[in-house]
Amino acid sequence: MNDSSKISLWEKIMQVDRRWIYLTIGIFVFLPLLFKIGLPIFITKEVQAVYDRVDALPPGTLVMIPCEYDPATMAELRPLAHALFRHCFSKNLKIIATALQIEGVTLVKDDLTLIAAEYGKKHGEDYVFLGYKPYPAIVILNMGENFRKPFPRDYYGNELDSLPMMQGVINYSSCALIININATSGADYWINYANGRYKAPLALGVTAVMATDYYTFLASGQIFGLIGGLKGAAEYEKMIGQSGRAARAMDVQSIAHSVIVILIIIGNIAYFVSRGKMRGDGR
Amino acid sequence: MTESANLITILWYTLAAFLTLAIFSFLYKDNPFYRLAEHLIVGISAGYWIAVLYHTSLKDLWLEPMARNFSSLFTPGGTVLQEIGLVITNVVPGILGLMMFMRFSSKLAWLSRWPIAFYLAITAGVALPLYLQSFTVRQMQASMINLSGSVRDIIGDIIIITGTISGLAYFYFSMEHKGMIGGVAKVGIWILMIGFGATFGYTVMSRISLLIGRFDFLIEWLRLLTSYATS
Amino acid sequence: MRREIPLLIVFMFGLFMIVQFFVPHRSFAYFYQEFNNWTIIIGIFTMVIGIGSLISVHAGKIKHKKSGWWYSLVTIVALFGMSGVGLIGGMENDLFLHLYRYGLSPVTATMFSLLAFFIASAAYRAFRARTVVATLLLASAVIVMLGRVPIGELMTSWLPGWLQLQNIADFLLEAPNVAAKRAIYIGVGLGVAAVSLKIILGIERTWLGGDGGR
Repeated sequence: MNDSSKISLWEKIMQVDRRWIYLTIGIFVFLPLLFKIGLPIFITKEVQAVYDRVDALPPGTLVMIPCEYDPATMAELRPLAHALFRHCFSKNLKIIATALQIEGVTLVKDDLTLIAAEYGKKHGEDYVFLGYKPYPAIVILNMGENFRKPFPRDYYGNELDSLPMMQGVINYSSCALIININATSGADYWINYANGRYKAPLALGVTAVMATDYYTFLASGQIFGLIGGLKGAAEYEKMIGQSGRAARAMDVQSIAHSVIVILIIIGNIAYFVSRGKMRGDGR
Repeated sequence: MTESANLITILWYTLAAFLTLAIFSFLYKDNPFYRLAEHLIVGISAGYWIAVLYHTSLKDLWLEPMARNFSSLFTPGGTVLQEIGLVITNVVPGILGLMMFMRFSSKLAWLSRWPIAFYLAITAGVALPLYLQSFTVRQMQASMINLSGSVRDIIGDIIIITGTISGLAYFYFSMEHKGMIGGVAKVGIWILMIGFGATFGYTVMSRISLLIGRFDFLIEWLRLLTSYATS
Repeated sequence: MRREIPLLIVFMFGLFMIVQFFVPHRSFAYFYQEFNNWTIIIGIFTMVIGIGSLISVHAGKIKHKKSGWWYSLVTIVALFGMSGVGLIGGMENDLFLHLYRYGLSPVTATMFSLLAFFIASAAYRAFRARTVVATLLLASAVIVMLGRVPIGELMTSWLPGWLQLQNIADFLLEAPNVAAKRAIYIGVGLGVAAVSLKIILGIERTWLGGDGGR
């Protein structure tokens, strides 16, 4: 094979139809799902911090878990929500949940009731689902004064004062901590308003794409823990001793990431070889 | 989701799988199945929004309190001033909300500026002190480093303080990036690129996670089909 | 008066919301909560307008038989069908829940999962180490991609601790990443404060409309 055909091969590699790349990724994500590999998961400090804080709470303590995820991000955040609900219910903690993302209301309700049923927990006594109201920023501010202002009733239409769990529960100061599961920029509102104004102890569970932005708030102490994406959910599942979807997905994630790194390397080699040849040819 | 493999469940799962595959077909090329699924979901989504807004918000926060407060005007007990005050607190936001619809009238569109003005005032008013406090002051406070701890911690703290200052220098466009400012801004862009690279790495993780979720669903559907077929 | 009254509204209520932050009196707290609630109620009407615009766009396509009008018919039928089921039957109605779980949910999830393919393709075709800064970005991305998944730990478990991928990724996230994002957030905080002040003082008037409210 002479030089010009070698280079045209590299140029062909650079210009390959994107659908072949889609197929490659599809295969390397789909096939590992059919087999169990069981790669070990290591725990990070920021997820450990959330686990430790929840684990240290005595039974009967109130925890707020506002959930702002929807079908678009449920693959990442649903396993985390399940793990958190399981951890809280297994320790007999009481949960107040909201769903301030409109397309996620039914999803969050389904998740909460599913896990509550596993532990025999009752709505109104062991957990309360407040539901949805628009404009999360304003709702977060108002909940800081009194939950009843934005939520006079819960999702099922019960007045809050009629629920046994809500007796004496006024606002964030009644909650030991808040763990916000968020797929939107609404996480900023929880930091600015719930923690900034009302000094509520706050941790975030966010999608991986957002996670890097919140390390700075972890470093400044504005949040006490950060759970990023499916990896964070896998770590939390490991800590509560329940291996679920997230743990299994980490095997697939490992393979997919390796494939993408290989693709990047191939693309760069092709680029530099082609560029070297073009310079050599005086093009 | 654990559901017994009865026929109705299978049919619903198959509908979901069909819609999933219709969306995936876009990867090959745009086609009528993809368009159908896309337009169907725009409609279902909007219909879902209407139902949720009515049941969770409009009824709770406006219709029921208004009905309750108006009826208390005509029932004995309570002070008149208090009851009128409660009615006003229901009527005013309703009027402001309805004024938003004036934007569709060419003559009265200017009225829609009042609720917009109110909304902007509230959000700008709460944002100003709190964003300054949380995003600026607290972050600057956290940058005042304490050079103690392990070697890793000390190096990390030095990188944080120099990186923050040089990053801010990079975004300062009121002076030309020459000389010392230029040098500091250059360090800033290096630090920013490392940060953005970390974000890209996590973004890849995030997107792959979403794909894993969908493939998981398709595998579950196939398992349901085979278990129903073999039962 | 068409622009003076809105500007007066923005000034009065904006100033009140800033002042109430510093005044712990009960009456301030009462009006603060009431005004917040009014904003939520106005927000409900705004969202209704958004849905009305959607209906108007698709109805127009159907009326004028524009290209692909039958897709708009699907949208309108789905919209009225879903809202009818939800409004009449309630949110716990079986059909409503099934349409959500087996219609809305999988399609929305699949739409976003397409991004996995696009990001892989973009990484292959565009992610080049052409310059120093591009190389830094690329190196950082690869370290985090591998260091944050189990395979990264396995690959470098034989190396000393500080050279292991997951520890390097940790350090990257806790030091340079924090520095970068902190610089950005400090700027964002100053920017939000500046824009909020401009709106409240009436300096920023683009929200009044194209003609500045005349």
